[in-house]
Amino acid sequence: MSMKDNLRTVKVSNTLGWAIEANWTHPILFSLYTVVRPIAASLILVFIYKVIATEGEQEALFAYLYVGNAFYMFVTNVLSGISWIVHDDREHYQMARYIHMCPANIFYYFLGRGTAKILMTVVAVVVTLLLGVSLFGIEIDFSSVNYPFLLFATVCGILAIVFLGVILAEACLLTARHSFFAGEAVAGLFYLACGAIFPIDILPGWLQGLSKVLPLTYWLEAIRRSLLGGSMSATLSGIGDWQLAGIMVGSTVVLGIFAIYFYRWCEHIARKAGKLDQVTNY
Amino acid sequence: MKTDFMTNLRAIKARSYVRIVGGNREPSWLIYDTLLPLLALSAYVFVYKALGAPQAYAGFVILGGAMTAYWLSVLWAMAAQFYWEKEMGNLELYLIAPVSRISLLLGMAIGGIFMTSVRAVATLILGCLLFRISFAVVSYWKLGLVFVLTLVALYGLGMMFASLYMVWGREAWRLSEVMMEPIYLLSGLYFPIRSLGVAVGLVASFIPLTLGLDGMRQLTFTEGVKTRLLSVNTEIGLLILLGVVFLLGSIKALAVMEHKGKKDGQLTTKWL
Repeated sequence: MSMKDNLRTVKVSNTLGWAIEANWTHPILFSLYTVVRPIAASLILVFIYKVIATEGEQEALFAYLYVGNAFYMFVTNVLSGISWIVHDDREHYQMARYIHMCPANIFYYFLGRGTAKILMTVVAVVVTLLLGVSLFGIEIDFSSVNYPFLLFATVCGILAIVFLGVILAEACLLTARHSFFAGEAVAGLFYLACGAIFPIDILPGWLQGLSKVLPLTYWLEAIRRSLLGGSMSATLSGIGDWQLAGIMVGSTVVLGIFAIYFYRWCEHIARKAGKLDQVTNY
Repeated sequence: MKTDFMTNLRAIKARSYVRIVGGNREPSWLIYDTLLPLLALSAYVFVYKALGAPQAYAGFVILGGAMTAYWLSVLWAMAAQFYWEKEMGNLELYLIAPVSRISLLLGMAIGGIFMTSVRAVATLILGCLLFRISFAVVSYWKLGLVFVLTLVALYGLGMMFASLYMVWGREAWRLSEVMMEPIYLLSGLYFPIRSLGVAVGLVASFIPLTLGLDGMRQLTFTEGVKTRLLSVNTEIGLLILLGVVFLLGSIKALAVMEHKGKKDGQLTTKWL
């Protein structure tokens, strides 16, 4: 199929994704729904911090964990959102067979469906950061933010997360019951291992080793450096900005190539095993 | 509809069988329902470590995490169940079956409590071993009482939600999603509820998890007494009241919503 056809697939599946995510209620209620969960998740961290630290103490650490948590929403929403598509289409709407029959590349279908989640999460992240700055005392000097690096890190990170989501979605094609929790469970693993809300230095040695292998660790580090102007992690502070950028680009490319080949393999196995449209009522 | 008592008992057994036997049939739950959620919990423990908090706060997180399993069970395995049955086309079969709706919900609750308890205990044990949490239990019988009353009130609330979800469309699913992190916050799952302020804590006490968790923390950690919202005895009294209100409310809600659903033709509509 030509790239023009693939882009059309992305556009149409994006429209479908938006309809599924948003047209169940009034736009104002939908906007509230988009931000309530992220704000609550951030407030949990705020109160964890306030319970222990006294006024003015460990502000740098608070900013570190707050910013990390805000951007980590991309992982939770996009990763589990894309992997959920398989369960939704197959079990809930039972449209999976028709989607696989139509002349569209399923890989681009997943990409399109995922963009709805990405856009919702962008809004949630921006609102969370603004709340952090205005209400919770997060000190971000907007005049000294490294915006090009921030934009590069965000785009690169989101691409990597989308590829991870597609890999997980394809794995879910081969399972009956696990797709329900797979996205959230894997996001939880990354939450710990990537140091989303604490410097990876306090992890035990073997877990730090895992952190260094995960691309999301470097993505979060890049986001924090560009927004907060520095790093709190002694382990990662030795890596320069250009090295960080190189690691992110390299890992995203590797993930993308793996996602394409893994998708082909999984779809082939799923067709052979008759799992493309299986319904388990689970 | 008058139904035979033994038939209803069999219905309770049938609905709980699925969760007691079927839910544990595949051993993958050990990873998905125990190990992986523990990883996310561990992140909060490490945050407390990074802030230099006393070890008891790690215990708060692990206990809160174990109780999270019950809230998720109430949301997804109780409240959303009738919505899912409607989407799968099974709800009409339940409604024409010669059993009381309450027996269906009770069976779901009993099975859900068993299935979730297996997971919660596994999370608790693993978490305590991993982070070397030690408990200083003041009274085992009071702890057991608070725990049981919390579950009764929680699942009573779940039964009420199940009645509402029966006639809702996709908003049912979204409501369950929205009641995750906000309830974690308002229940003080990962921090003492009193830090939200006494007024907010008292309002949040309508959620049985808030009172139950605060009571259990007071009975298992000395730090829990210093950060308590209300005394354990007061919380026990309030939990009894909540349990009664939610259970009676669920019976009424079920009748009202079923009648509304039949009138509006919503009991068999899908994908709305």
